[in-house]
Amino acid sequence: MKIGVFICYCGNNISATVDVEQVAKFALTLPDVVHSETIHHVCSEPGQNTIKQAIKNKGLDRIVIGACSPRIHEATFQRMVSAARLNKYMLEIANLREHCSWIHEDRSLATIKAIDLVNMAVCKVSRHKVLYPSQVEINPRTLVIGGGIAGIQAALDVAESGNEVVLVEREPSIGGNMARLDKVFPTLDCSGCILAPKMVDVANNKHISLHTYSEIEKVTGFVGNFKVTIRKKARLIDTAKCTGCGACTLKCPIKAPSEFNLGLDSRGAIYIPFPQAVPHIPVIDKTICPMVLKGKCGLCQKMCPTQAIDYKQEDTLIEESFGAIIVATGYELVDWKKLYGEYGHGRYPNVISSMQYERLLSASGPTGGHVILPSDFKKPHAEQREPKIIAFVACVGSRDEKVGRPYCSGVCCMYTAKYAMLTKEHIPAAEVYIFYMDLRAAGKSYEEFVRRAQEKYGARYIRGRVSKIYERNGRMVIMSADTLLGKQVQLEADLVVLAAGVASSSGANQLAQKLNISHDQYGFFIESHPKLRPVEASTAGIFICGACQGPKDIPLSVAQASSAAAKVLGLISHEKLETSPLVAEVNINRCIGCFRCLEVCPFTAIEKQEMRGGAWVARVNPALCQGCGLCNATCLPGAISLNGFTDDQILSEVEAICLVNPEL
Amino acid sequence: MSVQAYFPGCSLESSSREFDKSTHLVCKALDIDLKELPDWSCCGAHAAHHTRHNLSTILSARNLSIATKEGYDSIMAPCPACYNRLKSAQIELAECDKKQAAAREDFNFQINPDLRVFSILEFLAGIDKAVLQAKVKKNLKELKVAAYYGCLLVRPPKLVNFDDPESPVTMDEILTAVGATVVPWDYKVQCCGASLSVSDPDIQAKLCADILEMAKLAGAQAIVVACPLCHANLDLKQGQINRRMSTHYDIPIFYLTQIIGLAWGFSPQELEIDKHMVDSMSLLTAVLK
Repeated sequence: MKIGVFICYCGNNISATVDVEQVAKFALTLPDVVHSETIHHVCSEPGQNTIKQAIKNKGLDRIVIGACSPRIHEATFQRMVSAARLNKYMLEIANLREHCSWIHEDRSLATIKAIDLVNMAVCKVSRHKVLYPSQVEINPRTLVIGGGIAGIQAALDVAESGNEVVLVEREPSIGGNMARLDKVFPTLDCSGCILAPKMVDVANNKHISLHTYSEIEKVTGFVGNFKVTIRKKARLIDTAKCTGCGACTLKCPIKAPSEFNLGLDSRGAIYIPFPQAVPHIPVIDKTICPMVLKGKCGLCQKMCPTQAIDYKQEDTLIEESFGAIIVATGYELVDWKKLYGEYGHGRYPNVISSMQYERLLSASGPTGGHVILPSDFKKPHAEQREPKIIAFVACVGSRDEKVGRPYCSGVCCMYTAKYAMLTKEHIPAAEVYIFYMDLRAAGKSYEEFVRRAQEKYGARYIRGRVSKIYERNGRMVIMSADTLLGKQVQLEADLVVLAAGVASSSGANQLAQKLNISHDQYGFFIESHPKLRPVEASTAGIFICGACQGPKDIPLSVAQASSAAAKVLGLISHEKLETSPLVAEVNINRCIGCFRCLEVCPFTAIEKQEMRGGAWVARVNPALCQGCGLCNATCLPGAISLNGFTDDQILSEVEAICLVNPEL
Repeated sequence: MSVQAYFPGCSLESSSREFDKSTHLVCKALDIDLKELPDWSCCGAHAAHHTRHNLSTILSARNLSIATKEGYDSIMAPCPACYNRLKSAQIELAECDKKQAAAREDFNFQINPDLRVFSILEFLAGIDKAVLQAKVKKNLKELKVAAYYGCLLVRPPKLVNFDDPESPVTMDEILTAVGATVVPWDYKVQCCGASLSVSDPDIQAKLCADILEMAKLAGAQAIVVACPLCHANLDLKQGQINRRMSTHYDIPIFYLTQIIGLAWGFSPQELEIDKHMVDSMSLLTAVLK
């Protein structure tokens, strides 16, 4: 056995706190260590070459590198070791940076700790065995969850390669939140005009199968081989017969607040969510349809020229296989009505959310694009008033610790500036006020856009958080501070638009559980590495993009979607996938068949296997196993061991630190 | 008859005697025996917490310690300032071992950490509305009131953890239960100016005038409070507000317990409604008939 030890300076990241020369010198005193040296940057090309040379010249068969966290460069160093014709699992990394130099100040104590860490790694590597990865086939089909702009972009980009894509959307139509928007910053192009063609492309793309009004029921399997059960909720419409003529929606006697227009108008129990919906097929709301509830009515059935209405239709479950999954479930607005008593809890018709204002501006909205006070909606046309003074309040449910939303929405500075411009274009005489905390316009052409709202459109910006909004003589009074003047201000406005913050999509936590990916306390999915693996979820083969990962505007969502698609294409371009051999293994001679391991395994990687003679023992499916070690720790008879982290290896590390530091 | 430890504080013995009297009457009608905390001292509000923060904590700790020694599991303080001080001290001591040790060692205070501190509003909110309703003898339907909570009954939310800090409803619900007509309005928790009425009466006059104006616009004939300082600023100083702001408000200000007492058949004299500075009797004569 010939062990080589290489200690990295990492610039001065490690060497400033740890005496690396002393560590390297110490390593030479350890059994089986035949070579030890320091290198300024192990990860650099000269650094890697030094190690390769040493392997060749000194015939090293095991390598210890004292450097940064294995999460950062383990794969790089494994490739280097392989290139020097050594089994890549004969490498052990001692984390001298994150676990030592970065977190300590006392140089002599940090050096002692670094020596301990290297000693542990040497003891462990001396017990390493040669391991070989196994291979599994990759299914080239991709599942995209969520049909907003991110999901649409990802689906189209993957389909472009000729590989099959299945797009699953929970709502009756794809389009997501972007379909609700009127014009979009910073170019003020029409949202519908850039989104609708993409929606149609999805519907017409021969490589994309679209399941709208469908949800993910269950996900099993692993990268390259996921099995997904999709629940197609009953629309009560035979989609094969329906022509989308909409006749069925004309006579429905029931009224319910429209989801698409956020309650600004109503829809029937049978409805097509919006004119550009894809697919352009109605859906029946089973919770209010009198035919479903009481068996009375049936008007829509009578109206339908193609007998497409089927009140007896039931949910169907379909099972599909995929190699990769892209999650693009988007966002919802923070429910400001619950959180802000000082803004009236939603009591006042003329205090509305930003998305509602978006619908007021939109030509396809409930007022046909005329900005009218919501309190006047029910009045005769001649009595309907346009607002003269409009106030926009930024950061409602963003950057507010008090309501448990400390993060920035990332978009409301920009869209309130957009509202200022669009409002002035709709009502040139209107006065526009924007209450803001700070102006964050960091994207390309964003600062210029905000300046334009101020300078060309005369939007008046008041810096301060609004403390109260109430009604006085039929107008809304806004109380705030002006922190630039250092004074209290009160403004009477006709209409107040609250720029509601961004929350994760409802059900995101449950979906994360089904997919076994991690999410933060707000329900946003967490990427594998915030800088270097921004679209990969914590489970291999699952990718995230758009606002489900965190608040984001359209350009960023689309960029992430294309990035996720590129990652998927990289994955499915291989026919086979190498799986890590660092998985659990069962010694069937010791297994007593208690199956505690099966209960604790979070990846359902453990199966029951019948032996000749009828005894049952556990078996690990190496393709599913992620090497977490739970089964290993749970196994009473010690029948399960984890490759690369065997009891023998771990105990040798423990022994190493106990011996060097006798006072412990 | 159940027993409830009672912390009157300085106001209820002086400027707001009618709050004390009506609280006693209402509790008696509910078969609750209010037992005044023996040898209670200042709660530590106003002068004390402006002098030294620790002083106000220790003063309240002393009262909490008395309640503990007397074996009470809760204490009711009608004055929101007392309520706030008692609760703050309790939490401060629970969260800081050092302060707790000082209170124990320097002053020999023993404080039950589970001792509950109630305001009169929180206390009454815990009583079944049907019980409040069953005792009604006089119809108050003609009396239109605005429920005014002020700052300390529902705030700060982390401390009191009761009702909605920005848009509270508990007082509205109690008043409705005893038959008064409660008008919706938006100034339930706006500041009355508190002790600025001494140091900067101009600000206090403006703030109170806003409250009176909003109540009037909402259609209220009277405002109901549960705080001696709110009462003083809105009732005692209403004439001064009118002089400063050139207004002509004439809006009676009642304590919550006075309205409950009226509904339950006590006379305005028993409830000492005739002690208000703004004449409340003519309104009552008009609406009670």
